[in-house]
Amino acid sequence: MVEEMSRKPYVREITSEWIFRHPRYVRYMVREFSCLFIGGWTLLMVWGLKQLAEGPAAWAAFLECLKSPASIAFHVLALGFAAYHSITWFKLTPKALPLQLGEEFVPDGAISGAHFGAWAALSLAVLYFAGAF
Amino acid sequence: MSERTVELDVLRYNPETDKEPHFQRYSVACREEWVVLDALNHVKENLDPTLSYRWSCHMAVCGSCGMMINGEPKLACKAFLRDYPGLIRAEPLRHFPIERDLVTVMDDFMAKLARVKPYLIPKQEKPPGGGEYRQTPAELKRFKQYSMCINCMLCYAACPEYGLIPSYLGPAAIALGHRWNQDSRDGGRDQRQEELAAKEGAWDCSFVGACSEVCPEHVDPAGAIQQVKIRSTVDWYQQHLMPWLKK
Repeated sequence: MVEEMSRKPYVREITSEWIFRHPRYVRYMVREFSCLFIGGWTLLMVWGLKQLAEGPAAWAAFLECLKSPASIAFHVLALGFAAYHSITWFKLTPKALPLQLGEEFVPDGAISGAHFGAWAALSLAVLYFAGAF
Repeated sequence: MSERTVELDVLRYNPETDKEPHFQRYSVACREEWVVLDALNHVKENLDPTLSYRWSCHMAVCGSCGMMINGEPKLACKAFLRDYPGLIRAEPLRHFPIERDLVTVMDDFMAKLARVKPYLIPKQEKPPGGGEYRQTPAELKRFKQYSMCINCMLCYAACPEYGLIPSYLGPAAIALGHRWNQDSRDGGRDQRQEELAAKEGAWDCSFVGACSEVCPEHVDPAGAIQQVKIRSTVDWYQQHLMPWLKK
């Protein structure tokens, strides 16, 4: 009969310091953190819609509020985080959507490039319909 | 041939005597072209025969010598000393229990690997002598990179999700399940979906991407996991919105 070996495996606890162990984890956490700003901006838009529904005076007050330094600072931060979020995700699209034509796979740059192109075209269309040009 | 004395800090743990692991330093006279595994072998043969670690092929094929080298998951046989100018710190692969010194307990990974059925489940079973299952070069290329996985578990040591959620199926197991799903000869996707498409399967992944960065064989488990998510999403919509499409 085989004698059973005594085992006492040591389990190491994971602590939050893993985030700072390598730049890739910091980049990932910044991408995750960006959702707070994007979510905050979305709530601001919902509040804006509510003010619009309440009449011209409420809407004018909302627009005035957007001009405050705190609002401008928030929008700059939110734009920065939204751009970081979009760029990092679009760069990952070739992993999620590989395209094989015949034997070869379409190069990664073509897949992420198509996403960046569509992003630019849609942004320009939004700006055009908003009367920016 | 130039020599250099390398200061090597190795995490030691003896389950019979130690309460917790501790670092032990060795000064090793190394040749410049050595890898970390050579330095460990030198320690075991000349300085301290009690040191325990796994290795076999010394050529990045067997996947046995995975460990943390200066905090990064690496194969010790592929980590050249010349790339580490200062102190070298060797620890067991992170996120796995330590059996002894640099040897980890692999049971969790082995059990998860079996759950994804990483083998051919033929679409149509042929009788012995019925001929081979043929495949075109394009069909081979569709999955070939995933078949390069050597089960070294570096991706598990790099994945914070696996560290935080031990029930997560993990990068290599999902990539290997996906490898067979992508195989034109295989018909076992429905059997694997229960594991791959579960919350503890692909959906526990939040796409850190570290698994693909540390893979010594250039497999892309992060890509495989996202593709599993997309296929599972399509499955869900087909099942709930277009049930007539499901066979």
